[in-house]
Amino acid sequence: MTAVTNDVPAVPATVTDARKAGSGLMIACIVVLCVWVLLPIYLLLVNALSSPAEVTSFPKRIIPSFDFGSLSFFLNFQGVGKALWNSVAVALLTMVLSIGIGAPAGYALSRFDFPGKEAFRFLVLMTRAFPLPLLALPLAVLFIRTGLDDTAFGLAIVHTTLSLPFAVLITFSLFSGIPVELEEAAWTLGCNRWQAFRKVVLPLALPGIAASAVFAFTISWNEVFAAAVLTIENRTLTAFLLQSINVSPLYLKFAGGAALVVPALIFIFAVRRYLFAMWGIANR
Amino acid sequence: MRSTKALPYFLLAPATVFLCVFFLYPFVLVAIDAFTKGGAVTLDNFRTMTSNWKFPETLRNTMLLAAIVVPIQLVMALSMATIVSKLSAGRSAILYIFAIPLGLSDLAAGLIWLTIFEQSGFLNSWLVSLGLIDKPIMFLGYQNKLVIFIAVVLAEVWRATAIMMVILVAGMGLIPKEYHEAAEVFGASPWKRFIKVTLPLLKPSLQTALILRVILAFEVFAVVAALAGTQFPVLMGETYHWQFTLQDRGVAAAFAMLILVISIAFTLLLLYLLRVPKEARL
Repeated sequence: MTAVTNDVPAVPATVTDARKAGSGLMIACIVVLCVWVLLPIYLLLVNALSSPAEVTSFPKRIIPSFDFGSLSFFLNFQGVGKALWNSVAVALLTMVLSIGIGAPAGYALSRFDFPGKEAFRFLVLMTRAFPLPLLALPLAVLFIRTGLDDTAFGLAIVHTTLSLPFAVLITFSLFSGIPVELEEAAWTLGCNRWQAFRKVVLPLALPGIAASAVFAFTISWNEVFAAAVLTIENRTLTAFLLQSINVSPLYLKFAGGAALVVPALIFIFAVRRYLFAMWGIANR
Repeated sequence: MRSTKALPYFLLAPATVFLCVFFLYPFVLVAIDAFTKGGAVTLDNFRTMTSNWKFPETLRNTMLLAAIVVPIQLVMALSMATIVSKLSAGRSAILYIFAIPLGLSDLAAGLIWLTIFEQSGFLNSWLVSLGLIDKPIMFLGYQNKLVIFIAVVLAEVWRATAIMMVILVAGMGLIPKEYHEAAEVFGASPWKRFIKVTLPLLKPSLQTALILRVILAFEVFAVVAALAGTQFPVLMGETYHWQFTLQDRGVAAAFAMLILVISIAFTLLLLYLLRVPKEARL
């Protein structure tokens, strides 16, 4: 054994060297990619944390002065407070609608085999092949007829078509991960179907359901096109920023951008553990 | 027993009704809007759309953007996914950082890149401090169409690579380790293993990622609005312009139909090109 290893010392050494060089290259790649993702966000935050005069001055410093002039100008700007509130309201409604409608469908897909199951899955997957924000165009007319135009609820409906497929597929994979035997055990112990669901399945699925709710909230919070088409008086933050983009000064844009980015960063951080579960199922 | 049979349909009913009313039906409406004018069936809306002087540029910009952005993103997403799947320490932290743009609005992404490309922005600041230019250049002006295009490409690559990456990471996790080990035993180099083992087995994920990404590419809107305003017309921007500014729903609907047809055509193309025979599925 020892003799053999002594005869060929060069080969393992080269392999280790190659491994070392490989991991050095990989670390370099990771650093470059992290800088590529994080630096632009940092620069936006630098601008948002500088005074209006600094934002329009030249050259730019890469360290913020932590002057809240831009942010307070943004927050006190006509319509911004309302836009922020509208964004939150639409996103909350979207969250409730997509989980309320999507979770039962996800549960049904995970627990039952029935005729028409494939047709439903096809309908859900078909939404992927369609540019959904375009739905805002015909719905604008439909909403005027039904009095839903320019309301948070009307916009939340369009945002729900965006987030519902995710809610269905995510909850489907969540419920599939909970053994049906647990439910059956609850039935034999005298629970009916609803009690078994509420006392056994729901507590186990709750963190995942919360994550997909946050995901639905984020989809709505970020959406621009439908929000800009469907709201006039009750604009969301994205609609407000888009519609005033040609007339607003730079420091207003950047403070607004930061107001969009910071909550989204927190949301995506909150659901980071579920990113795989959410997108892994995209394969099926 | 009866109730158990009805239960799944009862649970599916809300979602089905919702999707029929707010997804299928509106697309019928938009088709009707596109092909009629004042109640009569006509192609007038499409004629107005195509005869507009901006139309060829709009279509070209959108297609060119997709043709350049998507391949760059595919390569980047594959590299990022390979890196993430090889990591053991710090994997979740790196994955979170890589995935951040996934959670950001396209409008925010446009504004983020505006901080770099605007006239008093960071790119000009760096170029001046390096002594490469004397005074700031107006990168996003009408005389710098190429720079506008590059800025939009960068912002799009930055923003939407994460979606593909996460799907590919999940897909790579589904490939059994044994395949790689077998290839290694037979002396395949890491590159060969990637080309001959990983890529073919990753086909379903590649398909999903590309379909999602290509459709998003045709929907590009807010990034362009933030960076270029009206100087770089794209299909979605023109749709918004006709609907909102010019108040002509027919032509806006015609644009919507065009985007829809392109999206579906590319979806079908990708389904065909990256099809996996039934017996080759994992």
